[in-house]
Formats: sequence, C-alpha cells, structure tokens
Amino acid sequence: MTDGGRAATKVGDPGKSAEKPSPPRSRKESFRSSPRYRTFVKYRFVTGFLIIPFGLYAVFVISPFVQTFYYSFTDWTGFSSDFNMVGFENYSRLLDDETFWAAVRNNLVLALAVPFVTLSLGLFFAFMLTVGGRHKRGEAVSGVRGAKTYKIVYFFPQALSIAVIAALWGYIFKPDVGLLDPVLPGALSPNGGWLADSSFALWAVMIVMCWAMVGFFVVLFSAAIGQIPKEIYESALLDGASRAVTFFRITLPLIRDTVQTGWVYMGIMALGAESFAVVNIITQGPGGPEDSTMVLGVYLWQTGFAQAQAGRGAAMGVALFILTMILAIAALSVGRRRDRIEY
Amino acid sequence: MGSNSHVGRRDLIKRAVALGLISVPTVSALSACASGGDDDNGGGAKGEKTDKNPLGVDKNAGLEVLMFDGGFGTKYIDDDATAFQKNFGKVDTSSTEKIQSKVQGRMAAGDPPDLINNSGDEAMDVPALITRGQLADLTPLLDAPSIDDPEKTVRETLRDGTVEMGQYGDEKVYRMNIAYSVFGLWYSQKLLDDNGWEYPKTWDDMLAICADAKKQGIAGFAYTGVYPQYLAFSMLPMIGKVGGVEVLNAIDNLEPNAWKHDAVKAVMEAHYELYDKGYVLKNSPGKTHTDVQTDWTERGNCIFIPNGSWVENESKDTTPPDFQMAVSPSPNLDSSDAMPFETIWAQAGEPFIVPAKGKNALGAMEFLRNMLSKKSAAGFTELVSSLACVEGSEEGLQLGTGLSTAVGLLDRAGENFLNPRFPDWYPTPYREKIVFVWGDMMKGGIKPDEAVNKIQEIADETAADDSIKKYKH
Repeated sequence: MTDGGRAATKVGDPGKSAEKPSPPRSRKESFRSSPRYRTFVKYRFVTGFLIIPFGLYAVFVISPFVQTFYYSFTDWTGFSSDFNMVGFENYSRLLDDETFWAAVRNNLVLALAVPFVTLSLGLFFAFMLTVGGRHKRGEAVSGVRGAKTYKIVYFFPQALSIAVIAALWGYIFKPDVGLLDPVLPGALSPNGGWLADSSFALWAVMIVMCWAMVGFFVVLFSAAIGQIPKEIYESALLDGASRAVTFFRITLPLIRDTVQTGWVYMGIMALGAESFAVVNIITQGPGGPEDSTMVLGVYLWQTGFAQAQAGRGAAMGVALFILTMILAIAALSVGRRRDRIEY
Repeated sequence: MGSNSHVGRRDLIKRAVALGLISVPTVSALSACASGGDDDNGGGAKGEKTDKNPLGVDKNAGLEVLMFDGGFGTKYIDDDATAFQKNFGKVDTSSTEKIQSKVQGRMAAGDPPDLINNSGDEAMDVPALITRGQLADLTPLLDAPSIDDPEKTVRETLRDGTVEMGQYGDEKVYRMNIAYSVFGLWYSQKLLDDNGWEYPKTWDDMLAICADAKKQGIAGFAYTGVYPQYLAFSMLPMIGKVGGVEVLNAIDNLEPNAWKHDAVKAVMEAHYELYDKGYVLKNSPGKTHTDVQTDWTERGNCIFIPNGSWVENESKDTTPPDFQMAVSPSPNLDSSDAMPFETIWAQAGEPFIVPAKGKNALGAMEFLRNMLSKKSAAGFTELVSSLACVEGSEEGLQLGTGLSTAVGLLDRAGENFLNPRFPDWYPTPYREKIVFVWGDMMKGGIKPDEAVNKIQEIADETAADDSIKKYKH
C-alpha cells in the first residue's frame, strides 16, 4: 500500500504545474499521499470508534478501581466526605479477622468446587444431548431422544434472575414446609434444616449456584461440540470406540478452549456476583451459621456499607481482586496448549 | 473452533473479557459513592419564634421527609403532613424500603432530606453518623412546649425511656423514637386456660409447664433461629431481673467480664435447659419470625415465644379469633432474684433522625413535635396497632388483647423498667455476632459456658476496637 502512495505522488507531479498550482493544497496533498497518511487514517478510524467506550470504561471502571485502592488506605466511613489516611491499618486488621479468613476459605472452596461440578455436569449433559444418543435415521451421531426439549429445559434457570432462583431454593431448604425436608433421611436432615447447620449450609449454597449456572454451560458446550466435524465421530465409531472413550479422546480435547474460558468465567462468578447473591438471599446472617457460608462479597458489603467502614471494605475489595486475579491467571495458564488442532 | 489464524487477537480479547469481568464486580462497588464536596450550613433555615411557632421555623424553606416503608407503612404521617403544610410551608414526602441505599450518597454529599425515618434492615448506623457530626441534636424539640399542653415540654409528655433511646452517652438526643414496644414472652391465654396452666412466675414453673406440654406434643418454647436477636426479649430482661440493673449496665458499659456475671450464666443455662430437655419447637434453628408466629398462632404447636408488642399486628392474618394473645415478663429464676416479677423491658422504637446538614432542621423538629401530640400518637396506635411513645396516648382506644396486656404490664411495672442499650449502642457486634452465639447455644452447638466465653470475647474485641465509638450509662 505504501508503494501505491508513492507511485501516486510521482504520477501527480507533472500534472500539477500544468493545471492548478496552489501551494497549500499541494502540501496537503503531499501529506495525503504520504506513507503516514494510511496509518493516520487507520488510527483515526479506530480512535473514533474507541473513544466513547474507552471514556465510559475509564469513568465507570478504571476510576472507581483506582479510587478503591486509594480508599483502602483511609478510614473513610462512606457517610461523609472527610477521612484520614491510615496506611496499612485496614489490611493488618484483615489479617487478624477470623470472619475474613472464613470468607476467603469459603470463597476458595466455591471457586474450585462450583466450576468443577457445574462444568462437569454441563459437559455431560451437552455430550449426551449432541452425540450421546443411539444411532438413528442413518446418522452416525445424534443426541438422546428429546434432546431439543432438554436443551430448552436446562436453559430455563438462565431466564430467571439469580435473586428469584435463590429465593426459590430458600423455600426448598426451609424446614417443615420445604420440598427437601420430607424426602431426606434423618441423618441428612439436621434440626432447622440445611441452612441452619454449619456443616450443611455451604453445600446448600453450592447446589443453588450449580443449578443456576449449569444450563448456560449445556448450551455453550452443545454449540462447541456441534462445531466438531461429524466425520471424526464416525471414524471413532468405526474403530469401535465407546461413548466414554469418544468423550475423553475426542470431544473434550477438541472443545478444551471453551471449557477453559467457561472455567474462568464460572470461577469469577463463584468469587463475585453469584456467590454474593445466593449467600445474601438464602443463608442465615447472611453468611452464617457461624460464618460457614461467609464469602468476601457479603463480608465486604456488610463492613463497607452496613457497618459504615468503607475503608476496610475497600481493603477487602482489593483482597478479593487479588484473589480473583490469581485464580483467573492460574486457570488461563495451567494446561494451556501450545499446539492447536485444526479442523 | 475452526481457523486459528488470529490466535493472538482472540487470546487478547479473551483476556480482556476476563479482566473486565474481574474488575467490574469486585473492586468498583465501593467507590460508587465517591466523596463529593461538602459545605456546612449549620441547621439550615431559621424563622421568627412565636407562640405558634416555638421553634422558629422558616415558613418558606419547605420540608423533605423520607419515610421507611415497612411494617408500619407510611400512612400514619399523612395527617402530620397536612397539619404542617397548613402552618409551616410545603412538605415533600417520599418513602423507601432501603433507607441506606437511598440516602447515604446524599448524606455524604451534604444534601440530605430534612427528616429521615431511619428504620428497617437498612437503617443507617447512627453511632457512625453521630461521630461524623451528621445528626442534629433534638434538644430544642424536647424543650419546646407540647402541642396538647403548652405548660409541659415535649420531653415531659413522653413515656419512660423514650428520650434515653435517642441518647448516646451524653445529654444530647439524636433520635426520636415514636413507637413504644413491650418485650416479653408472648402466649395464648386460651391455650393456658384450656390446660389449666398459669403463667410461670419462676423458671421451675416454666419447666413444669414445658414438661406437661411435651406429653401432648406441644413445644414449650420456640425461637427464631434465622433472626436469633428475638432471644434477647427473653434473655436480657431476665438477666436484669436476676442480677439487677447494674449487670445490664456493666454489659452496656463494656466492662471487663461483664458477661461472665453469675446472673448471665444462670440465665443462659436456664435457656439451654429448654433445649437440653427437648422443650424447644423442632426446626426452630431454621425458622424466621413469620414461620414461628404461624406455628404459634395457626398450628398452636408451641406455647411461649420471645417477641415484642408489634407481633399482634404482624401475625393478625394467622391468629384465630379466640386466641387471646397476651404478654408477660420472662419468669424469675427463683425467689433470690434482685428485681420483682413485674420488671419489664419496654423501649421506644421506630426512630426518626434529623440530618445536621438538612436545609430545614427546625422544620423537621416542628414536624416531629406535631407527631408527638396525643391526637397524632393515638392515630398512630389506631393505624398500626402499636403503642406510641406519648404517655397515655392509647387511652380510650379499642386495643387488641395483646396490646391491652402490654399496657397492663407498663402500669404494673411501676419503677421497675429495664432498658439495655448494648443492642443499639453496638449494633454490629450485637446483631452480627452475639445473637448468633445465642442461636448456636439454643440448637446445642455449644454449651452455656462456652457461649458466655465467646460473647465476652466479642465484647472485649468491641471494647478494644478504636473505630467503634464507646458510650457509658
């Protein structure tokens, strides 16, 4: 392209003296025809599109982000605009705070267990819905009977807001009147129900989170599996591969990228928004009993807003940010594949 | 899947998305209400003081009232708004279920409403507001002549303990609580009569009734495990009765080992005995107040519940007409107790605050003065079936059986009133920690000894925490 520009200049030169010799225009034209012009136009174009979204991002994401770091070093209450710098006091208090560590521990359990269960279930269902069925109508691969209906049914929870889902499950777990109470054997039915017992409450939270998210991954993974050429499955079947072998040797390796992205997404949901909503709505306290379901999001909210210690809350926000970053980077880098399979 | 010629770009986008997902929910939430500028205009508009306008309200200033839309609704101020509008200028009322979310940003920016009904789950932390000089002292209102009798100040027309509920360690009054609640054990008089039981005046009698009831499959005691603060209505006054007011005062003053007093231990052990002997309604640990109230009224499967005088109105939909709801003080431990059986915990509730930086603080106080007239207070009682904080405002009204027994308790208590302040002086350690230790004990998670130690630890932490303002009796 740059060569083309240079060529145009040369061609333009003889005509200039003959027709309209105006110096300013010629300077303009020389920039227009210079090699940098293309680059200029390209970046002007890109900048034009980016300036508004980037401005919004800077104002609503980056600036609060930076401010949070700043506020975490102050004793700001959140009620008034005066505060003092207190150095690392907010952080050193967090280190001695048992509830904070309970929240970190629960968050880690959620961030590891919930994605594992949700993605496993999502993969299993997606596999069964797309390639797991019996062969029919001459097709080599197909889903189980009624796959389309199942896919819609699995997606239902996604259509409900997480607040509705949590409230719904809150009733299911309720003692005496809930759905769960009559079907559970005595050993699994503590006095007051699952949410009142510190050894069961976190399980209840995990069940709700998995139930709410699994449908999304069924649809996501179904789409990914659908992209895999049928011929690969056909040849595997010809070789006599079982469903399990097909799944672990063909499906899983070929949709690995999607699974990895899903893992990061689910991990972030388990650390942030999703766990906050579920814990806040269904658990006692919230975060109880005895901090057994406390998560950082809820503790941050309680400290920063309800107790008017926005400075300490900001410090927790920073801690949560660091934790999320570490998990996200770990999930993205562990098991990253250098070689890609093309199909 | 497919082509991978743009791997770099896709990775980049993926990471950018991941980064965005991380940063948005986690960190930015707190800075949503960043600190703006503030200017102190010291209480706002002032007008000329006259007999009809004793506080000197500026009639052109206009008044903004923010109500909490909860159990009491907001209708009860309608008449006050009309009266104010007639004499003192325009009133603008709005309401919300979430006070803090609605108004915290405006408080921080120095542009608050003039009068806030700071109540509900999301009430703002009053001690924190006081520390920051955000609340107006309501002394001018309390010393102003009352509407009904200009010879009496507003302060003199209020029930015992009402003014104290607005005080935080000194003479200044930062909250005006307009409702008045009586706490104790609530029961159905009919259930007691049908079984030939008499309300237990000592804990031994209590246990005897519970044992008798257990044979019929009725639980003697039920509590709200989801909101264990209800246990306070039985435990705290009993601590006061066993050991005397000093024990409760020591607890409020965060004195060392205050919770390890023998009276506290005895009361905790007495309550633990209810669990230990199987007298507590099954599944109580997982029940909310509405669950328990439904069990108590509609199913009749429990006798005594610790509660406050709002319960009659709250559970009216499930209460059978012949239930004969009643309240009595928690039983004494035995005859060696420091205070008589009639001793009662009664407390003003439903707080209103006047922000110091409001434009019309005096107008807000005038509005409250009108709310504290007998007529307005009686209207409140009629509308929401709760007592009001104005002495005698319930006279001549048709009260429910529960509220009538509550008024009876107030009359009989004489001088024996208790008013533990720990719950509202130190709301965070109390509501988020101590009450859950009680809850844990009542489901057998820990023994009373352990519970006492844990609670003392929490109190010690509170005492050592410089960021929490301390108050003394």
